[in-house]
Amino acid sequence: MSSYDAAAARGPDSAAAADNYLTHGRGLLSWALTLDHKRIGVMYMTGIIIFFLIGGLFALLVRTSLLIPQKNVPGGTPFIFSHDNYNLFFTLHGAIMVFIVIIPGIPAAMGNFVLPLMLGAKDVAFPRLNLTSWYLWLSGAALALLSIIMGGFDTGWTFYVPYSTDTTFAGVIPVLSGVFLLGFSSIFTGLNFIVTIHKLRPPEMGWFRMPLMLWATYATAVIQVLATPVLGITLLLLIVERAAGIGVFNPALGGDPVLYQHFFWFYSHPAVYIMILPAMGVMSELLSVFSRKHIFGYSFIAFSSVAIAIFGFLVWGHHMFVSGQSNLISTVFSFLTFSVAVPSAIKMFNWLATLYGGSISFRAPMIYALSFMWIFGIGGLTGLFLGTLAVDVHLHDTYFVVAHFHFVMAGTIFVFFGAVHYWWPKITGRMYNETLGNWGALLSVIGFNITFLAQFPLGTHGMPRRYYNYEEHYWIYHVVSTCGAYLAGIGFVLTVICLVQSLFRGRKAPANPWGGNTMEWYCPSPPPHHNFDHPPPVTDPYDFSGWKYDEKAGGYVRRSPAEIPAPASKGH
Amino acid sequence: MMSALLARGDFWMPMQGAEGAWVVDWLFYFIFWVSLVFFIIIAGGMFWFMWRYRRRHEEHGPESNVSHNTALELTWTIIPTILLIPMFWWGFTGFMDARVAPNNAYDINVIAQKWSWRFVYPNNYDDNNLHVPAGVPIRLVMRSEDVIHSCYIPDFRVKRDVVPGRYSTLWFTAKGAQGRTTEHHLFCAEYCGTSHSDMKAKVIVHPSREDFDAWLANADPLKQLTPEQYEAYVKDPEGFIEELRKTDPDLAARLVTPVEHGRRLYEKKGCAQCHTITKDAPSRNGPTWWNVYGHKVLLRDGSSIADENYLRESIVNPGAKIVAGYDNIMGPQRVNDREIDALIAFIKTLRDDYQKP
Repeated sequence: MSSYDAAAARGPDSAAAADNYLTHGRGLLSWALTLDHKRIGVMYMTGIIIFFLIGGLFALLVRTSLLIPQKNVPGGTPFIFSHDNYNLFFTLHGAIMVFIVIIPGIPAAMGNFVLPLMLGAKDVAFPRLNLTSWYLWLSGAALALLSIIMGGFDTGWTFYVPYSTDTTFAGVIPVLSGVFLLGFSSIFTGLNFIVTIHKLRPPEMGWFRMPLMLWATYATAVIQVLATPVLGITLLLLIVERAAGIGVFNPALGGDPVLYQHFFWFYSHPAVYIMILPAMGVMSELLSVFSRKHIFGYSFIAFSSVAIAIFGFLVWGHHMFVSGQSNLISTVFSFLTFSVAVPSAIKMFNWLATLYGGSISFRAPMIYALSFMWIFGIGGLTGLFLGTLAVDVHLHDTYFVVAHFHFVMAGTIFVFFGAVHYWWPKITGRMYNETLGNWGALLSVIGFNITFLAQFPLGTHGMPRRYYNYEEHYWIYHVVSTCGAYLAGIGFVLTVICLVQSLFRGRKAPANPWGGNTMEWYCPSPPPHHNFDHPPPVTDPYDFSGWKYDEKAGGYVRRSPAEIPAPASKGH
Repeated sequence: MMSALLARGDFWMPMQGAEGAWVVDWLFYFIFWVSLVFFIIIAGGMFWFMWRYRRRHEEHGPESNVSHNTALELTWTIIPTILLIPMFWWGFTGFMDARVAPNNAYDINVIAQKWSWRFVYPNNYDDNNLHVPAGVPIRLVMRSEDVIHSCYIPDFRVKRDVVPGRYSTLWFTAKGAQGRTTEHHLFCAEYCGTSHSDMKAKVIVHPSREDFDAWLANADPLKQLTPEQYEAYVKDPEGFIEELRKTDPDLAARLVTPVEHGRRLYEKKGCAQCHTITKDAPSRNGPTWWNVYGHKVLLRDGSSIADENYLRESIVNPGAKIVAGYDNIMGPQRVNDREIDALIAFIKTLRDDYQKP
């Protein structure tokens, strides 16, 4: 504690802030060849937000075309899209959002920036591997975009065989190669984080003194390293099958198409947890900081992350209840699926208990966090319908599933934006406009809810997914859903405007604008190139009593040791 | 619109068209109410705390700093676990009942292909809609000619993927209605390409087994002709039908000429999704049928005269000759010789210089 330099916490006023990671080295090359985890994180964040906007625009086009029930049938005319272009664009939306945006979203962008800071470390364990990982992401994303020019792909993001080996769209192999590269980017990031957490943790920081964000990132990294290679192998087999006609999956060549589904979901179900676990980690940080209250049930939350990571490997078959896998296997997978519901429920109740008795501040990051409670509550509970065998047979491949997984996956998107706002002052050294940030958050959350709540009754009434034309009696729900999507679109654009505007107009950020106690708030905003002049103290990350609000700094400053009250209760 | 949807069921579920549907609905509502209670606890608690514990000024500290309570946490671990067990169990038993068909089920073969359904009955008659009797367990034995499809009848709460290279089965007992036929939607639920959303059929439930048998016996009017009558029909379809009208008007009304048969196949077999049949229709994914018969067709490599053999090959093996400017997206069509004859007869009429013989 004595080594801690109080002046460093005051932010821009201190001399340490004169040279920060943004000004340390100028020019394009200093970014392109950087080994600094913070710069790599910033590049990821920018790239991911751009691809999120592209994927979102495609979604709006798809939703717009669904305003008309019967298009391009004998006697009808195309609306926005022909059959094939509709299929192309819903496929692009899915593939971009899953592989390019959500999977790397929180770990690669936010994790890269804050993980070493939260450990009080200078960088990740393997900075060069980290840069490689960024370029693999960039190449994979570029290849996916390029595949549109090279003929596109209409397979759906799942690439089910034999459709994906039969389709005449010529962009299938390029996009599969792109996803293959994105997979390696993900593996390298995961590997880096595992080693960093093991080796660069300060000696005083035991596993149960780590911020919960790190527990979640660690659990995610384990899945990334263990599951992603299976995706890589599967995609390679698919490429070889399509290019050379080798019969692994295609029954016409002696293969088994259901085998492909097993391989694909063996990765892609754990991938759901790659997407959601880091969001849950950020949630624990946001709820605790903005309630100014110790996180409730630290060890239950930490172990539930690990439990989700383990159980997540054992449930892939629930995507295949109607595929023709044996009844026994379906039964076992249904049973195991319910076991994942328990740790998710534990997290929800612990977060709720964290709010109890707190001092709740409705800053934009907190609006996102509270929205996640609502959204993930719906996403998680609707999962119960789909895990139940008899009910899933009716709901499988309908809009009910579409609504369910958007409530889960977009939950991650909202937490991602919560995290962007939360660490924005640290990343850029600027405060965003709170009013604009709140409006962006509220509009996108409300619009999102309208969009996908309308899709639940659509699904229960039997509207299949990936339909270009549909029966007239589903029409009204599609209209409501599309209106909601426009509202959400406005919200997201407002959010991006808010962030960009802060770069030019935002007031200078203090070192600790929210009163958080994880280590990243101990260095100036933006942090210097080497992060910390002196190693920050290892304390309970959820004990906020050491910080007080300072009007002049516009943020929180350390109390002198004499001012710190005795801890109200001792955690764990 | 809304009322149109609700007329076919309640807010959440469509009408129960099959005898097993209530099991799914009952279980759906059980999970629905349990979920709603949990959601109200979580969302209600969240809004209450948001109001009650809102930060009033920057210095405002928390009222409580409780960081854990093992008894409470075990409670909200154990209660959800207990509630999940019956969900799994009833889901499992309901699933097994819906999977295992009774021994006396009536088998109908189903052939799925891009982008139409074909239902083949025990007497080898086939139809693009699924006709079934009410009250009789029906087992669909399904196979696919190309990619994976999925047979989904929302009103019956049944769905099963149709996977190439293997048979998959699905069974149900339709409820039907007294004294009249009822109709239900049948969709393809597994994405299968361009016209996936147009790959649908009707399930037509006949009120009883007797009605269904009568329908099936008469479903193919040509089967009711004597060999001599059939010969006369082939020689001069229009003249024969005209003649028959005097002696058996019912049968005559259901007989069609090959040209008309071909026109109906064009609609039923999904040809219409890619091929147009009028002079100025905008181009779709396949070449137009207008002015094709007897004309020279430009192929990717070379050209060909569109005679009967060309047309036949283009139906049963479309990849053999690909028209310039089009992709090879059409799969081989499983149609019988009579249907090919009818389609060719129909295509022959689609040209500027067509004259009735």
